[in-house]
Amino acid sequence: MKVRVIVTLKNGVLDPQGRAIHHALEGLGFDGVNDVRAGRVIELDVADSTTDSALDEMCSKLLANMVIENYRIEKAA
Amino acid sequence: MAFTSAVITFPGSNCDRDMAVAIEQVCGGTVHRVWHGDADLPDNLDFIALPGGFSYGDYLRSGAMAARSPVMQAVVRAAERGVTVLGVCNGFQVLTEAGLLPGALMRNAGIRFVCRDVALTVENNQSLFTAGYDAGQQITIPVAHHDGNYFADDATLDRIEGEGRVAFRYAEAVNGSARNIAGVLNDRGNVLGMMPHPERMIEAAQGGSDGRALFESVVRGLVAA
Repeated sequence: MKVRVIVTLKNGVLDPQGRAIHHALEGLGFDGVNDVRAGRVIELDVADSTTDSALDEMCSKLLANMVIENYRIEKAA
Repeated sequence: MAFTSAVITFPGSNCDRDMAVAIEQVCGGTVHRVWHGDADLPDNLDFIALPGGFSYGDYLRSGAMAARSPVMQAVVRAAERGVTVLGVCNGFQVLTEAGLLPGALMRNAGIRFVCRDVALTVENNQSLFTAGYDAGQQITIPVAHHDGNYFADDATLDRIEGEGRVAFRYAEAVNGSARNIAGVLNDRGNVLGMMPHPERMIEAAQGGSDGRALFESVVRGLVAA
């Protein structure tokens, strides 16, 4: 089973990388970009028997730092 | 009993030797060098130091992989037993990732790596690590980091401030840290994480010796205990 974990910074956590990307986009002449937040995508190939709670645990124990980040799990059909 | 300490080396640590030399010179006793894959620590440790560097290439997040390495399970158990633990720079990042200290260290607000001497204020001089300083004393210690921007939610910040757990604060803007926090203690006071490098300021040849009192405090605190 292919699983995608999308890790993003929590709302309210300042994102210096997102801000730098935002500035760079403006520098390239792209107007109308209101905000940029950078995150991370981790693709897993796991046994079909892997439970949702095991996936949650992988995310909260390692893949995301719950102090500053949220995660979302997407399973490929 | 002779002072017994351990410096943990992760793949990518690069301040481990400096740390060991500082401990040898200031604290004396026996300094064990411990590899990250070791499941056990030497017996009867008084002090464990997690050095600076770029453990595991900062993969995933700074300190994230090191915090899950075999030796860190032993470090967490030792900290829970009351062993004194110091994490400097990457060591601070490892301690937050391991859950021994609150908060997280994010990319510097200015994006750039910051490598220079900075002025710090000693906020709490009652701790095991800072008793050798005066309250409010200003000291100079170098920083060298990309991810030193301390973050915690407001409730956590209020709590650690109220409990006197901010050991050091930057006296100038350095990396965007919340409330300019440079070093944080755990609730029991036996674990300190800080981004500045006290081990790089222990004698005049290094440009100053403001870091020396930290190591002296640790030894004195343990002898007194």
